Amino acid sequence: MAGIFFQKREIVVPGQLLAEGRYRPSTGTYSDIDGKIFSALVGLAELRGNTVKVVALEGVYIPREGDLVIGTVTMVAGNNWKIDIGGPYGASLHANNALRRPYDEDISHYMDIGDVVSAEVLTFDRNSGPFLSMKGRGFRKLTDGMVLEVSPAKIPRIIGRRGSMINMIKDKIRIQTVVGQNGRIWIRASDLPTLRLAIKAFKMIEEQAHTSKLTDRIAAMLEEEKAKLKGTESVHVEKNESDTDKEDWR
Amino acid sequence: MSPETRPDFLINPEGLRLDGRRPDELRKIELECGVLKTADGSASIRQGKTYILAAVYGPRELHPRHLALNDRAYLRCVYRMATFSVPDRKRAAPSRREREISMVMGNALEPALFLEEFPKAVVDVFIQVIQADGGTRCASITAASLALADAGIPMRSLVPAVAVGKADGKLVLDLGDEEDKYGQGDIPIAIIPRTEELTLLQQDGSFTREEFLEAIQMGITGCKYIHELQKDALKRAYAKRAPEASEEEEEEDVGTEYEDDLETDLGESEYDDEEEDE
Repeated sequence: MAGIFFQKREIVVPGQLLAEGRYRPSTGTYSDIDGKIFSALVGLAELRGNTVKVVALEGVYIPREGDLVIGTVTMVAGNNWKIDIGGPYGASLHANNALRRPYDEDISHYMDIGDVVSAEVLTFDRNSGPFLSMKGRGFRKLTDGMVLEVSPAKIPRIIGRRGSMINMIKDKIRIQTVVGQNGRIWIRASDLPTLRLAIKAFKMIEEQAHTSKLTDRIAAMLEEEKAKLKGTESVHVEKNESDTDKEDWR
Repeated sequence: MSPETRPDFLINPEGLRLDGRRPDELRKIELECGVLKTADGSASIRQGKTYILAAVYGPRELHPRHLALNDRAYLRCVYRMATFSVPDRKRAAPSRREREISMVMGNALEPALFLEEFPKAVVDVFIQVIQADGGTRCASITAASLALADAGIPMRSLVPAVAVGKADGKLVLDLGDEEDKYGQGDIPIAIIPRTEELTLLQQDGSFTREEFLEAIQMGITGCKYIHELQKDALKRAYAKRAPEASEEEEEEDVGTEYEDDLETDLGESEYDDEEEDE
């Protein structure tokens, strides 16, 4: 009876039998003692090698070590910042992981309540954390631009395979972004219409995350809107800032 | 409101019930997913005249903190009836019955959920009965499990629930309000369909051993049918959100950040998956 019981990219529901036999359960699935693999989520079932997984369509952000996240400082406690990164777990950032020594005793000089930062999840397990770090990779306090919130489950799609989607968007409308795995996207655009366009693109990806040929459709939409913008007010975006240092989602 | 009167019979000479159903027939059930915008997951159920909304929030940070469990998420179920959901205005204060149903709902749903993935957090399930016409505790469980799936909470299975009762000495499936009030007994059950594990079993009234066993069987059959409706409602909700999910694929992968390539050499895959996308 070994085999696979789903179509590629099929929408599966919890408890649905996915595979039986020599397959390995991965994220979004569970197996029983007979080695049958079932879905644990509503999502798209996929087979990679002999590993079966379900890509979730909904869900909150659960930190994983190495994730890039965007968070808001909610509290300054001694030499820690408490940072809201969305999801059920509040993170903390120790000054040692963010500042070069020596630093001032009152660390609220550097970052205070309400500041937005990009950081990395340093450690997280069932008992403690998550703890963040801002060492390296251009993590910093985000002082201008805006933060857009989308469902964390859609972030892989917004980044695309090896950054294909986000790079395409950056190329087309020349914006700077930092995409956090926790569903927050920092955007800085040269003018308001471009910013609106960027938001529209991200919202569109969020809505249609589980459809195929999405990169092409987004590209087409951006081209069309760009042409419209040029037609109406002939705003020319001259600035071509190098944003290579900002594109960091690992 | 005219006082309710006991009907002369619950099962008529032709063997049909008050609303014309056969004894083993369910009421018409309509399930819908994603009905509330602000909730992380939501569902509604119409079962006969019963109408219930279920909303799920979380997993999220638990307040008050002292309730947190270190090994799993806390499942907080709240069942409430609207004051206008029954003919005599229901008093707004939480009743003993609401407390009880909140508890049994939590107990019925918890075995199906992988709460251990979210230690210290909370999953909130809110049930609001808009219109009550019997079977609200079972309908609540059915809708709540759908809302939990909609919220993306990992679970073993959806949990369907239905009541079996005794009216005019005959076993009947899915009690309506009058059958509940004037019948001789009521056994609500909830199951995990694949294994047929019972996660909810209550009883009032008296049943013989044979009646009881038959009632359970009827209930399980009913639950399995409801389970199909649940799966269908869930798939429908997501298919709707994907208007142009084409048959054509080969696209960049959804889960780029998973490094699956590491695992390809662990055991030969006998399944030839067509063009592994690069």
